[in-house]
Formats: sequence, C-alpha cells, structure tokens
Amino acid sequence: MKMTIFAKRTTKEIIRDPLAVLFGIGFPVVLLLLLSAINRNIPNDLFNIERLTPGVAVFGLSFMSLFSAQLIAKDRASSFLTRLFTTPMKAADYILGYALPLVPIALAQGIVCYAVAFLLGMKFSLSIVVALIMLIPISFIFIGIGLLCGTVFSEKAATAICGALLTNLTAWLSGTWFDLNLVGGAFKAIAYVLPFVHAVDMGKAAAIGAYADMLPHLWWVLAYGAALVVIAVATFRRGMKIS
Amino acid sequence: MNSSIEIKQLTKQYGAKVAVDRITLNIADGELFALLGMNGAGKTTLINMLSTITQPTSGDALLNGKSIVTEADQVKKFIAVSPQETAIAPNLTVRENLELMAGLYGFDKQTVKQKTDQMIQRFSLQPYEKSKSKTLSGGWKRKLSIAMALISDPKILFLDEPTLGLDVLARRELWAVIEKLKEKTTIILTTHYLEEAESLSDQICIMRDGRIKAIGTVSQLNEQAGTSKFEDTFIKLVEDGGQQ
Repeated sequence: MKMTIFAKRTTKEIIRDPLAVLFGIGFPVVLLLLLSAINRNIPNDLFNIERLTPGVAVFGLSFMSLFSAQLIAKDRASSFLTRLFTTPMKAADYILGYALPLVPIALAQGIVCYAVAFLLGMKFSLSIVVALIMLIPISFIFIGIGLLCGTVFSEKAATAICGALLTNLTAWLSGTWFDLNLVGGAFKAIAYVLPFVHAVDMGKAAAIGAYADMLPHLWWVLAYGAALVVIAVATFRRGMKIS
Repeated sequence: MNSSIEIKQLTKQYGAKVAVDRITLNIADGELFALLGMNGAGKTTLINMLSTITQPTSGDALLNGKSIVTEADQVKKFIAVSPQETAIAPNLTVRENLELMAGLYGFDKQTVKQKTDQMIQRFSLQPYEKSKSKTLSGGWKRKLSIAMALISDPKILFLDEPTLGLDVLARRELWAVIEKLKEKTTIILTTHYLEEAESLSDQICIMRDGRIKAIGTVSQLNEQAGTSKFEDTFIKLVEDGGQQ
C-alpha cells in the first residue's frame, strides 16, 4: 500500500518534467529518423532499420538511469528523503516505489520507438512483441544503475554519470551504431564483458524471432540486472542507516 | 507532567569527532523545547537521532516510552519531522504533497482527504492547493512543509530551523501556527533566531560542541548568566557557561 502510494508519486514527478519526457521519448525517435535519413543517402545498408531499432530501443533505456538517479539525488538534496525516513515506510517500499514506475515508462518508450520504426519501413511480426517484452529485464540494468548513482552521488554528479557517461558507454559499447567486429580486439572483449552489447544482441535476435540466439545474451542481461538491483538495494539500505 | 522524551547519555561520533556528547535530559509532554547553539553545536545531529534518522553511537532515548534504538519502527508511528530544507515533492501539487504524507502513514482514502482538507484550511493553503509546490514562495513552502509534518497528528514534532530564510512577516505567521500547536504536541525546535526561542519556548537548551551548556526557562537562563537580555545570556553561556 505504502509502496503503491510512493510509486504514484515517482510516476508523477517523472512525467510532469516535460524535458525528461521530451528527451526520454523524443531522443530515440530523433535518432531513428536521423540515422534512417543517413541510411537512404549512403551506398551500404549501414543503418538498416531492422538492425538499428533494437539497438536504439536499448539505448533509449539509458534515460531510465538518468530519471531514477536524478529523482533520488534530488530527494536526498532537498531532505525529502530524510522526511520520508521518519515515516513508517520500509526499505522495500522506497526501492520498489522508485523502481517499478520506470518499467512501464521504459516499455512505453520502446513501443514509441518500434512504432516509429514501423513508419520508417520495419515489418511488424509477433517477434517484435517478444523484443518489446525483453526490454523489461534490460530496463532493470539501467534502473539499477540509476538507483545506485542517485543513492551515492550528488544530483550534479549523478546527472553527469547517468546522462553523459552512461549514454556514451551504451552508445559505443553496445554495437548499436557499428559492428563491434570492425574494431575487434580489446574493445570488443571489454564490450562483451559489459551488459549493453548483450542487451542489443538479445533485442536483435528477439526482433527477428531467433529465440535460440537470444538465450545466451538473456543470461548476461538477467545476471547484470539482478546484481545491479541487489547492489543498489544494499547501498540504499546502508544509506538509510548512515543518514 | 509526564516526560514525553527521556534522553539518556545519547552520543554520536563521526570518527574522532564527537557531534553529540553524552546528552541526558527530559522533555515534558506538550512542551515546546528549543535547542540553541552556534553552527556545529550538535542540534541537528541530536534531532536526527531522536527522529530515528541517525543511529546513535551510544546511549538511548525513550519517546513516549519507546526506544529510538530498539523500537525505531514504533517511534516512527507517532513522530514527524520538518527538516531544515523545505523537503517537499516539487512536481506534486500542494494537495498531492499532503495526501502523499497522509497515505504513507496508512490512513484510508476518506481520512486522507479529510486530513488534507483540514491542513489546507489550517494553513490557509486554499489559493495554492492545485499549484505545483515548486512554484510556491519560500514562506508558503515552509508552511506546506510543516503541514506535511502535522498531517499524521504526531505526538512529537521536530522542527529544524522552521523559519530559516523567511522574512519577518512570514516568520511571525509561522510563530502563530507553532504557538497553536503547543499543549497538544510536544515540539522540539532548533533555531538560530534567539527571539524565536525566547518567544515560543517553555524550555531552552543551549548546546556547544555537542554538550549541554545550560538548560532552563528564559528567566532561569537570564538569572544563571546574570543578564537581563536573552541575547547577552546566550552569548555569555555559549562562551563561558557551565557544562552539564
């Protein structure tokens, strides 16, 4: 009950920030439109919409980190969280109240992204629905990072980490914009130790219905998602005691 | 009068720094108790421990008979805090902020609405009821912050610098609000404004370096310091007063 009340507040805080909504939903759409336009004017099929969309959908989720990190960091800075710590809320109420509202927002962002891709020529199939559902476990990676950064860093630092650093990491190390084999070596090895490329490869496999190819990446995504959420929860609980 | 708060040897240490040093005191039921001191005296740390936000290094305090160390969950049911910062949800309206707080204390929908209406009326928040709280002026934010603390009908209320940064009119208005709360609620107030403590408090505790330098009513403290003005009393006691 308390978690639901708090989750409603999280939802309102996020969706009533027009800039956040504009960037969260609009930026992936702009990327799709821009890269599709570029693709029409270059000889090779570098930004093929079928391969590009799952990557952009994952890239868009990096905004979930920004939303959650900013909200928690602001709540800490304004002492709103301090006030809440004196109410009968439990640690689980806070964590779930911050995290769960971001899952439907992530899903909505994915739906908008794929809807625009259909307008740009992507063919609809039932496997796209699977790709959309796969965005849910992926979103936990980004939500976990956001919870962690918001709990540990100031609003300025959390915004820089989740806004600039994470979006760049996701962009470069996910194989969304280019095939990682083109760089190879240590760059590719590092990318495959991180979750971003696995999330994109899983999305690409799901979108074309290659479910067997999806599975090895799914384990990486689930493991990273679970680990990040557990670390974020532990850090938040520790913060509650220390504060 | 029964003691609402019994503080026993309460201590908070951050590494080598002792922020609150073995404080022992009682605060009576329905009393307005002010904590005064220079910056870093330990006032906010003491309030944070009593309101279960910070765990003490040693010692304990009983709030209405419940320990802040072992029964913090019980304590949270009957206390409320209005922190130094305004501590409101910026994108929620005034009404939504109040409803949120009432909801978090477990009241049913009807009671939430009823209590919210009461607070809006009591603090004259009607003109701003549907405004996002981030658009309010400093004075109205403070009023909302205190209304959010009061919506759960706390038995013990902690007000940390409630009038900080307010102009003289807004401050006087808040004083009137606080004045009305006395008797029904035990209030622990920290402030830098001496006239605020002098005007509102039943008892004043002057702290320095985490310890109690003096405690008593305004006239008792003036007598102790041998001065007639409270400002002189405060300066004298902070600079060279005896320790508990």
